[in-house]
Amino acid sequence: MSAGVGALRRALDNRHLLGALFLIPAAAFLLLFLTYPLGLGVYLGFTDAKIGRAGAWIGLENFISIWDDEIVRLALFNTFFYTVVASVIKFALGLWLALLLNQRLPLKSVVRAVVLLPFIVPTALSAIAFWWIYDSQFSIISWALMKLGVIDQYIEFLGEPWHARLATIAANIWRGVPFVAICLLAGLQTISPSYYEAASLDGATGWQQLRHVTLPLLAPITAVVMTFSVLFTFTDFQLIYVLTRGGPLNATHLMATLSFQRAIPGGYLGEGAAIATAMVPFLLGAIMFSYFGLQRRAWQQGGADR
Amino acid sequence: MSEGTSARSELRVAAGAQAMDYLVTMPRRVVTVYLPLGVFLFVLLFPFYWMVMTALKPNEELLSHEGNPFWVHSPTLVHVKKLLFDTAYPDWLWNTLLVSVVATFLSLVASVLAAYAIERLRFRGARYVGMSIFLAYLVPPSILFIPLAAVVYRLQLFDTRLALILTYPTFLIPFCTWLLMGYLRSIPFELEECALIDGASRLQILGKIILPLAVPGLISAGIFAFTLSWNEFIYALTFISSSEVKTVPIGVITELVEGDVYHWGPLMAGALFGSLPVVLLYSLFVEYYVSGMTGAVKE
Repeated sequence: MSAGVGALRRALDNRHLLGALFLIPAAAFLLLFLTYPLGLGVYLGFTDAKIGRAGAWIGLENFISIWDDEIVRLALFNTFFYTVVASVIKFALGLWLALLLNQRLPLKSVVRAVVLLPFIVPTALSAIAFWWIYDSQFSIISWALMKLGVIDQYIEFLGEPWHARLATIAANIWRGVPFVAICLLAGLQTISPSYYEAASLDGATGWQQLRHVTLPLLAPITAVVMTFSVLFTFTDFQLIYVLTRGGPLNATHLMATLSFQRAIPGGYLGEGAAIATAMVPFLLGAIMFSYFGLQRRAWQQGGADR
Repeated sequence: MSEGTSARSELRVAAGAQAMDYLVTMPRRVVTVYLPLGVFLFVLLFPFYWMVMTALKPNEELLSHEGNPFWVHSPTLVHVKKLLFDTAYPDWLWNTLLVSVVATFLSLVASVLAAYAIERLRFRGARYVGMSIFLAYLVPPSILFIPLAAVVYRLQLFDTRLALILTYPTFLIPFCTWLLMGYLRSIPFELEECALIDGASRLQILGKIILPLAVPGLISAGIFAFTLSWNEFIYALTFISSSEVKTVPIGVITELVEGDVYHWGPLMAGALFGSLPVVLLYSLFVEYYVSGMTGAVKE
């Protein structure tokens, strides 16, 4: 009896065995609900599965048909436009906000905490506020612009293709800037003030300091933050679903919302899965970018190449 | 003389960045710092202000073009009353809370064990497992929801809270494990070595040394995981169809929007009450939340 307990204790002190044991819960979740569905998703893309009916293998048929599909092409364009425009602006504004927050400020910690609010609240719910702000009859923006005499009729924020694209991008930027700013701020705080002292003694202007001191030292964390930002933006769903459901005239459909529409309300699981699978190469690109960003960072900090 | 002043003023401009900003004059600071910061704060916070105003306005005021729309003239709680008593909103709040708490708890348990195994036990292949956890962290729900729907259907979990409780850990575990790995790395190895020499078993070390020291990391991961679950949208939208098992974001979007007539008051009240719990939690643990968010990016 006691020999058995002793053996068990010895076994539990074996790193490899205990390590494997400790990994079981996480591995079970991730294999069943992440790895398996990931594979299943790719497989479904090659079938004509519908809701409640397992499909048959149809080879590349889905991929060929979505390649010829005008709406899918439009969604791909929208996704790129949305991602590129929103990410660039999020980075610029986020960096600016981070630099502002890095100054001596009264109530600094309160300001910093408040700034992150758009990122904290459920996107679907803040999107409702934007929906109301963008309302075609009662928009507060239109009201204010009318009073200021800038426009003479209410703006169709979500009713017109290009307006809707820009309006959804604005909402996405609103939500994403705090994330970028707070992460970059964390990076800024690790930069030693002595660099700036040295630079200013050498006569560098504020812009030169930003360009030649801040940005290079911030590059590693910028690479990672922007990779995440691009990843989230590229696969965005909630904001579009709440604000426009992809309309008007599919002008705001992203790959994610289109694959949802085809697969769940439409019932064409296979086609939806093919559209979702088509996003994978782009995601891999972003991940590679992140990986090399991380590696460069490790190297800069004197870590060994891995 | 004039040369000296211009050199000094140049130096003053140069110092604008950070370290020597006490040299910068007040009017300049107003233009370069306070004004832009004020605009940022206004834009970032205005939607919340607008939510509150809309939720408190009576319908006549909401749908009128007269008067100043930025203020409520006769505030009313009629929208809140409608939300709480005429809709399933209390059920949605309860579901969201239940699903978020249970999913967060399950994920934390699985993540602590996994992070300890990867970071401290250093078993064979630990590095590759750590790497694949990071990759799992990068898999977005919007490419998983279709096959997951098939899995959930096959497990006969469709339209149940359990479907959400079991699927949320797919994005919570990678995040929490990654965060906790970084956290465990900061706990000195020597503590564990001392305990091993004193004859403590690995389980004792985990329970009596590592876990107590990792409490701040656990709080960070827990807070972040909770808000992620509270905010989750696409899985709940796909896997849930009955009103009584919906979560707040889904319930508000799918049930409070009826046809072409939008009930803006109740909608905003719903958005507001659905945001308050996470905002409250966040305000209590700001530092933990921020360190969780930046830690996950920095590691």
